[in-house]
Amino acid sequence: MALSTEDIKKIAHLARVEVSDSDAAATLSKLTGILGLIEQMQAVNTDGIVPMSHSQDVVQRLRDDVVTKTNQREAFQKISPELGNGSKEHAVDSGLYLVPKVIE
Amino acid sequence: MINSSLKTLAQMLANKEISSVELTQTYLNRIDALNPTINAYIALDQDKTLAQAKAADVRIAAGNATPLTGIPIAQKDIFCAQGWKTTCGSKMLENFIAPYDAHVITQFDNAGAVNLGKTNMDEFAMGSSNETSYFGGVKNPWDFSRVPGGSSGGSAAAVAARLCAAATGTDTGGSIRQPASLCGFTGLKPTYGVVSRYGMIAFASSLDQAGPMAKSAEDCALMMNVMAGFDERDSTSLNRDKEDYTRDLNKPLQGLKIGLPKEFFAEGLDTGVGKVIEDAIAEYKKLGAEIVDISLPNTGLSIPVYYVLAPAEASSNLSRYDGVRYGHRTAEYTDLMDMYCKSRAEGFGAEVKRRILIGTYVLSAGYYDAYYLKAQQIRRLIAQDFEEAFKKCDVIMGPAAPSTAFKAGEKVDDPVAMYLQDIYTISTNLAGLPGMSVPAGFSTSADGKALPVGLQIIGNYFDEARMLNVAHQYQQVTDWHAQAPNLDKPEGTA
Amino acid sequence: MEWEVVIGLETHTQLKTNTKIFSGASTTYGAEPNTQACEVSIALPGVLPVLNKEAVNCAIKFGLAVHAEIAPRSVFARKNYFYPDLPKGYQISQYELPVVGKGAVTIQVPAVGKNAAYEKVINITRAHLEEDAGKSVHGAVEGMSGIDLNRAGTPLLEIVTEPDMRSAAEAVAYAKKLHELVQWIGICDGNMQEGSFRCDVNVSVRPKGTEKLGTRREIKNLNSFKFMQQAIEYETRWQIETLEDGGTIQQATVLFNPDTGETRAMRSKEEANDYRYFPDPDLLPLEITEADKARVQAEMPELPEAMKARFENQFGLTSYDAASLTANRALADYFVAVVSAGAEAKPAANWVMGAISAKLNAEEKTLAASPVAAESLAALIKRITDNTISNNAAKQVFEAMWNGEGEVDAIIEAKGLKQVSDTGAIEAIIDEVLAANAAMVEEFKAGKEKAFNALVGQAMKASKGKANPAQVNEVLKNKLGA
Repeated sequence: MALSTEDIKKIAHLARVEVSDSDAAATLSKLTGILGLIEQMQAVNTDGIVPMSHSQDVVQRLRDDVVTKTNQREAFQKISPELGNGSKEHAVDSGLYLVPKVIE
Repeated sequence: MINSSLKTLAQMLANKEISSVELTQTYLNRIDALNPTINAYIALDQDKTLAQAKAADVRIAAGNATPLTGIPIAQKDIFCAQGWKTTCGSKMLENFIAPYDAHVITQFDNAGAVNLGKTNMDEFAMGSSNETSYFGGVKNPWDFSRVPGGSSGGSAAAVAARLCAAATGTDTGGSIRQPASLCGFTGLKPTYGVVSRYGMIAFASSLDQAGPMAKSAEDCALMMNVMAGFDERDSTSLNRDKEDYTRDLNKPLQGLKIGLPKEFFAEGLDTGVGKVIEDAIAEYKKLGAEIVDISLPNTGLSIPVYYVLAPAEASSNLSRYDGVRYGHRTAEYTDLMDMYCKSRAEGFGAEVKRRILIGTYVLSAGYYDAYYLKAQQIRRLIAQDFEEAFKKCDVIMGPAAPSTAFKAGEKVDDPVAMYLQDIYTISTNLAGLPGMSVPAGFSTSADGKALPVGLQIIGNYFDEARMLNVAHQYQQVTDWHAQAPNLDKPEGTA
Repeated sequence: MEWEVVIGLETHTQLKTNTKIFSGASTTYGAEPNTQACEVSIALPGVLPVLNKEAVNCAIKFGLAVHAEIAPRSVFARKNYFYPDLPKGYQISQYELPVVGKGAVTIQVPAVGKNAAYEKVINITRAHLEEDAGKSVHGAVEGMSGIDLNRAGTPLLEIVTEPDMRSAAEAVAYAKKLHELVQWIGICDGNMQEGSFRCDVNVSVRPKGTEKLGTRREIKNLNSFKFMQQAIEYETRWQIETLEDGGTIQQATVLFNPDTGETRAMRSKEEANDYRYFPDPDLLPLEITEADKARVQAEMPELPEAMKARFENQFGLTSYDAASLTANRALADYFVAVVSAGAEAKPAANWVMGAISAKLNAEEKTLAASPVAAESLAALIKRITDNTISNNAAKQVFEAMWNGEGEVDAIIEAKGLKQVSDTGAIEAIIDEVLAANAAMVEEFKAGKEKAFNALVGQAMKASKGKANPAQVNEVLKNKLGA
């Protein structure tokens, strides 16, 4: 599978990572090497083999429906990032996390 | 004292030959002297550390000590520890002060151990040389021009340089065993699910497992007694009876069947390393072990499978770092999309971004079956190889890494060459099996340096106590594990 | 050309649990922002999900209620996308193996205009467990949105239908039926204002008689039946007009604006969504055994269809009455309580569907807030059937009970509404009436049947409405030799 720098930029956008044109070119050569390594898998016949997600054949444990968490907003919002765009304030207001306007 | 076993240190503490504060201070002084060069620790907090040592002394005086009470332990910076900067080696979390404790941290706290500091690591545990850390590389204490291995490079250097009594690490594809091999100490990656992942910052959830890094198998066993155990906060934590991992240490090895997979001794293995492993096997024969030739035919596929599954899981696990609630947010942005893309581009290093991109790509529409599903199918083939092998032997042995420690910078620009460092370790993570690396001798490099070599021991599921027994018996008749780099001489003459 | 609209629904029902689906944080509605956002809810590094047992029980209940296959093994998957109200950057949902498989519900579509009411089976494709996202709050700070993660991680059951509905009326009837059902089995509080029950409606049109489905547009997040009706009607008209004008329909997500009554495509993203689903490695397969199903089955209330059939068989109610009484759980429970307290079923049904429902509607009250308890209504009905009071008097008594004037017998006493059933007294009244209305008697004897009713009326009037009308009839007949 040959990737192009356009593909790199598309994937990077999906992953929300900014890449410049020069970064994309450098990344392309490295990813191509890694994908070459990965391609070795295609030589293996895996018909009928059940995919393995977990090493142990165990099932999900269930938690009782009991409230165990208390309000830790203050502690959690102490580590909120700086707002940015000139403001060194925490990116919180009235208990809400602040982000650039969300438009639907 | 810095070379003493955990058992000896515990006795000294119990006999009041030394206090935990004194012991801790000894390590802190040593860290002061050596860490600026080695860069093993990236967060130190003397006040917090000494407060724990004081509390440990009170506990010892009250007669409530556990085997690790008062013992100074280095914690890989992947574990959230309340009030400690917890960065995972990333700029993304440069200012992240964890507001809660990982299960592993709580276990050590409950045991009365002392947290010496947080150790350097490859960013988000992605690397085999510690060179992807935002906080700089770590020097291999045996040769400062070389890497300690990774991703648990800081913990590895701290153990090897005696900057802690023991350390914790995590192993997703070899991140405990490969640095243990490159730095010459004993490290164990337990069966997946034995140590809780709660509070351990995720890289690849289905492969990540924490384990001890220490000076001997016996020390690892004592560490395991603290680290292992069921935790209801981790759905993948296995609910099993509590084990004493020291219980089998002294069993004789007469009749032990050791499987040697031919694929672990094929092309790609450094001849010097191969020789050390052969000598170690010969030693085991003397101890009464039997050698069985086995095959793990899909070993070569473990790297391609790993580089699909681990980046796929990582790309999703690392999506939470978006600059909204914690972590790095870019200083200037125009809108939400811009904030996301810049914060993540700035916060993550090159290797992490590469893996995010690979993971995003292999999961994207139209590729899932060819990559992710295929990798999960081959993962089963790899696990089945081990299942077959363990019908013929009790443990599997081979090298932990294909070479000794390599020079800093040697492989940074060649990710594929770097990935091959984990060729012998990755398959156990994929199968969920326990594996360890045990010092087995030295190999001399082209530039004349004697560098440590680790023997890998792979056990069947939940066979940690037996593996520790197998390693411990070897350490009773050899002293490779007791050798430490001489750091009192000036750098370069060691 | 004649067009046919094809509609399928995806409904997000918030499950009635104390805690979130993957953490022990409270789900109480209306708390201060982020005070119920624990370390798992805000996705701190290193946190892990553990599944809530009650959320699974709710899913099993729903599966049983719609006679669906319940998967012995289902899998949680990650749906990856970036959005500020989605703290992990992925939503834990179910993709390939949902907990509930194919099932069905029967809906009653009410009569509209000249079209008669009818029943229809709507097939359920699947229902899966997933976590809700947080909320974005706008306007608190200029140019910014505020993120509240209290709702993040609230358990949802997403219920998906086949494209089986052919009109807005059918879609609304289905949504209402589902809304009642999830409340009936106690898995959802049904509060649409608070977002506990939200529908996404997929609408497409095709020439009538053709098989191939048209391109669909999805109307997102409808939280009222009225809006659903309006939105579907508008959307259907819009699609038909677009096609008739030679245009084509592009697959899109649209929002309904209640102010304009129109649907509008959301700002189109520059990329198609690529959610990169894969099994969540932090969670293990969810196993549901036959024993689990049996345990939940034992906790299940009698379902509406079963209760309707029982009302018909056991109480001899008409299908219509039985259906009306089982339209919602509270009404059915109330009716059962009235009967259990000793009232006869048929008058009980009439009173519950009549006077009680009318009062509740007029005063916009729920049954829980009814001033007349089931036992009191039963006592009232008993006084009618034992001839203590007349139907007319009963209406006065009910009015008084509703206004809190006391219990049945006390009101009858206070208002002097007791029916006169003493034959002697009734004969005396009738003698007086006959004497005073000789003209009417003559008319009756001349063959005017109406005069008889007039005489009954006079007798009732003379008794101030207290005479037992049946007895008055009988005595009068005797006296007139009829």
